[in-house]
Amino acid sequence: MSNKSLLNIDNLAVHFPIGDGLMRRANGYVKAVDGVSFSLEKGETLGLVGESGCGKSTLGNAILRLVEPSAGHILFKGQDLAALSPQALRQARFHMQMIFQDPYASLNPRMSVGASVGEPLLVHGLLKGEALRDRVISLFERVGLGREHIDRYPHQFSGGQRQRLVIARALALNPSLIVCDEPVSALDVSVRSQILNLLVELQRSMGLAYLLISHDLSVVRHISDRVAVMYLGRIVEMADRDTLYRQPLHPYTRALMSAIPDPVSRARRNRQRIVLSGEVPSPSNPPAGCNFHSRCPIAKDQCTKIAPILELKSNGTQVACHLVE
Amino acid sequence: MRVTSLSQWLTKKKAWGVLPFAIILFVFILLALCAPLIAPLDPLNQSLLARLKPPGFFANGVTRWLGSDELGRDLLSRVIYGTRISLLVALLSVCVSGSVGTLIGLIAGYRRGWTEILIMRAVDIMMSIPAILLAILMVAVLGPSVTNLVIVLGLTRWPRYTRIAYAQTLVVANMPYVTAARLAGARMPRILFHHLLPNILAPLVVVATLEFGLMILYEAGLSFLGLGIQPPTPSWGAIMNAGRDYIASAWWITVFPGVCLFLVVLSVNLLGDYLRDYFDRRSMTS
Repeated sequence: MSNKSLLNIDNLAVHFPIGDGLMRRANGYVKAVDGVSFSLEKGETLGLVGESGCGKSTLGNAILRLVEPSAGHILFKGQDLAALSPQALRQARFHMQMIFQDPYASLNPRMSVGASVGEPLLVHGLLKGEALRDRVISLFERVGLGREHIDRYPHQFSGGQRQRLVIARALALNPSLIVCDEPVSALDVSVRSQILNLLVELQRSMGLAYLLISHDLSVVRHISDRVAVMYLGRIVEMADRDTLYRQPLHPYTRALMSAIPDPVSRARRNRQRIVLSGEVPSPSNPPAGCNFHSRCPIAKDQCTKIAPILELKSNGTQVACHLVE
Repeated sequence: MRVTSLSQWLTKKKAWGVLPFAIILFVFILLALCAPLIAPLDPLNQSLLARLKPPGFFANGVTRWLGSDELGRDLLSRVIYGTRISLLVALLSVCVSGSVGTLIGLIAGYRRGWTEILIMRAVDIMMSIPAILLAILMVAVLGPSVTNLVIVLGLTRWPRYTRIAYAQTLVVANMPYVTAARLAGARMPRILFHHLLPNILAPLVVVATLEFGLMILYEAGLSFLGLGIQPPTPSWGAIMNAGRDYIASAWWITVFPGVCLFLVVLSVNLLGDYLRDYFDRRSMTS
């Protein structure tokens, strides 16, 4: 990994203590994120996929330090966010924003949407009065809303329009990184592609980098440059989008890919389905060795003992598995 | 749809039912505001010749509609001026306890950690002490006066607001729009007053209304015990306290302020209940 990357995550871990009684003594830890490393370049989209509870949202929150990382480094433009004071963090967050899953809860219902979108500019003391209003209008136009919307309240907007407003707010400070946490999963299918196309268009014009967190493989495929697959707090496979979707290597990724319904191609419809047995183990007590071995169809003896590390394979994919060559 | 029209009909019916009580409260507020214009006589003017006269007593060209008290003062005028003191003390103490309690609850719910533990345990302790006992104790130390009464009532009643503000803040603080405000660089006061407070206000308004009725009762109670408003200033509780000695021979001194007290507290409580239902319905439909 080069230090020129916009974002460099190095061995990041988030362990939540399982509390006990008044003194909150830790009895154990939920290892929501357990040693994740990757990098993100300027203007690039990294898709992060995995099932519910695998730690992908926690990872997104930890990168913005909305939850405190327990270990590891977050290098953003060469600055380690994990070590910043609250004051310095406030300045660093200037360049990073977030888009949330639920557009109905992302806007303060008691604030006009114009005030919500302009808030980042106001609290940083960048603009006020007429200048602020003009800038908010131009942000509204950028996401496809009109100036007549500016004084309305969130309940007057549809889900898709609200997500546009949330995007406008995220753009207000001209960030270079936006963490998109399930940005379209709460939206109607008909609105999804509009929002995704808006994100792509904004990326082109503003050089934004996205960390796109989603459980929806087709959404990730639609706009990602690279894709990372997470299982139980760890990245099990990371590759270019096309490589990953054409030739998944890790047994977990293969199982995920085989679950995509495909109405078009008869060949793919008739292909073998890999059905995983059992449930995802609890992240407070993950299996020893490779944490996927309890559900892996090809697990061998060594998988129960030694945890595999993410290694570069011949086709350029990084995979954490002993059995993939 | 039938369901909505039914609920609308119920709403209307309920609003009509609560109207008479709103009018009663409005009349008392008017009495308090315009006491000097409405009261027929000076509430402090004594006339020993007209002591303990029954309602409707006529002398020297004035009718004493509600009779006179043990020093010959006009009871109607004293009750009207008493409205002023009773409502003022209740309003101010609700303002003090409401703002203090809400602020503390907001901080506890947003900061969490040790702040939360300290504040919420303090609330538990305050709630376990009978408020009237604490108020008596504090008045005994500070001495009785209108200001002290407000301070005492304000400082004993804040935990009720704190509990509700805290519980609501826990819910709202996890909303993505609060996270977005943090990411936008908003500092704690802005998050508390722009993002949290407006979204937790509805249940607090209901509590404040109900507390307002209770504060009128507390003021009357403390004044009745001789720890609140001091003679000769008229307040409902103080008038009732003075009338206690004559209750067998001059019932009107105790009964009329008591009836006023009953009417105001009843109206305020019914309005509070109505507000609670109103906000409930709104939170369910939104």
